[in-house]
Amino acid sequence: MKRLFLAAALVLSGPAMAQPTGDLGLVVERASGSLLVVDQSERARIGRIEGLGDLSHASLVYSPDQRFAYVFGRDGGLTKVDILERSIVNRVIQGGNSIGGAISDDGGLVAVSNYEPGGVRIFDADTLEMVADIPTGSKTIGLVDIPGRRFVFTLWDAGETWIADMSGDEPAITKITGMGENPYDALVTGDGRTYITGLFGADHLTALDLWQDDPKPQPILDGYAAGREGLPVYKMPHLEGWALAGNEFVLPAVGQREVLWVDARDLTETGRTATHGQPVFAIARPDGRQVWVNFAHPDNDTIQVIDTMSKEVVHEFKPGPGVLHMEFTPRGHEVWLSVRDAGKVIVYDTRTFEKLREIDAESPSGIFFTARAHRTGL
Amino acid sequence: MILALLIAGTANAGDAPRVDAQALERFVLQDCGSCHGLTLKGGLGPDIRPQSLEHYDRETLSSVVLDGIPGTAMPPWRPLLSRAEADWIATYLLTGDTE
Ligand code: HEC
Repeated sequence: MKRLFLAAALVLSGPAMAQPTGDLGLVVERASGSLLVVDQSERARIGRIEGLGDLSHASLVYSPDQRFAYVFGRDGGLTKVDILERSIVNRVIQGGNSIGGAISDDGGLVAVSNYEPGGVRIFDADTLEMVADIPTGSKTIGLVDIPGRRFVFTLWDAGETWIADMSGDEPAITKITGMGENPYDALVTGDGRTYITGLFGADHLTALDLWQDDPKPQPILDGYAAGREGLPVYKMPHLEGWALAGNEFVLPAVGQREVLWVDARDLTETGRTATHGQPVFAIARPDGRQVWVNFAHPDNDTIQVIDTMSKEVVHEFKPGPGVLHMEFTPRGHEVWLSVRDAGKVIVYDTRTFEKLREIDAESPSGIFFTARAHRTGL
Repeated sequence: MILALLIAGTANAGDAPRVDAQALERFVLQDCGSCHGLTLKGGLGPDIRPQSLEHYDRETLSSVVLDGIPGTAMPPWRPLLSRAEADWIATYLLTGDTE
């Protein structure tokens, strides 16, 4: 009996793969080109992966089995890392200057969008071999995955959104013109239906209904800053960590100190909330009851929490200089904030706002929990 | 935080405005870097490493920083930076080893 138990223990403890990854995550250390492996339940860092190049503004996506991450670096590097082995599996320099990426619904393809040369390149997720090159002649932003092995992305210079359908042998591209002047980022809803781009050069946002055969650009929040002087924008807001709070979206306004509420069904404005500074991220806690907002320089030491029902700020605090990113635990009981200039990741309880843990990190920026593997558009 | 540092840097300086070089370098890499890339080789905004700015003299460059480029995403920094700080940044951009 004892021997049997021992043998079983040996088999189980043998390969490193026996460790589950469902509550792990990665924190981008932007200055040192490394990733911290973190354990969300233990509120602890448990390892580090080094040698990833320039990670300023780096983002990443996860393989469906949550073991591998694909990291998109500003130096054009696409790196596949193994979270269990804490190692780099493969790394290619795919372009000059990449801005983000996405993974297809089946996990088979990884797409990267580039500023320079502008376009999207699509890689085999196993080998990182390039399977499609889609030049756009424009800085390319707002790349997301949607169901059916498709990717959607938008052209900063040309104001177009393209849909690349990768379900066949050759990419089939649908181009939608007239999205508006200088789209700077975009989001897609979790059902893959609504794609919204924020515009730097116009006083509205533009939505597409991707369930239509022939999606048409629909301006939303038209004139949201009309009659008010735009403030200088020191940091482009992000839409990617979009907030769907109940039946409403919450979107950061450009050049204004406010967030905008939009009915998710008919896309009309339902309210505005004045904020401490110009919002960068406005992210809903997964249950939608709260929205957490961080701000551009010089207000980037502050977080405000907005209650979804009253649309009022219910909590404000200063975690430290350079709050760059927030990531909720999948059910929203805790939130992790990266505080770049303090060199810390700080974990808070989202109900009591109590600080639970500080974790040292070198210039931390993005925080990504593996639960993202199972969400469209992340 | 950075803003406070910068102001403190100039306030104590008397007639010859001194700037906090360390804070400014960090500011350029992090905050200009959010559009121009952490290594300043380009992002949403263009490459602003020395070889790309050869056509600028220091004064013009300093004004570009203070006034931005109207009609584009390059914002005016006058609300946040003094002339002395913009001059320091212009010199840093023209000569600095930003790799
Ligand atoms: C919000 C984004 C953003 C930020 C932040 C930003 N820039 Fe820019 N910058 C741009 C864009 C976009 C352009 C190109 C404008 C155009 O189309 O001509 C530009 C252009 C420039 C140019 C002109 C380059 C040339 O070749 O003529 C200089 C110099 C410059 N920026 C310096 C800076 C400095 C210094 C900072 C920090 C104090 C900074 N920028 C911060 C977006 C930004």
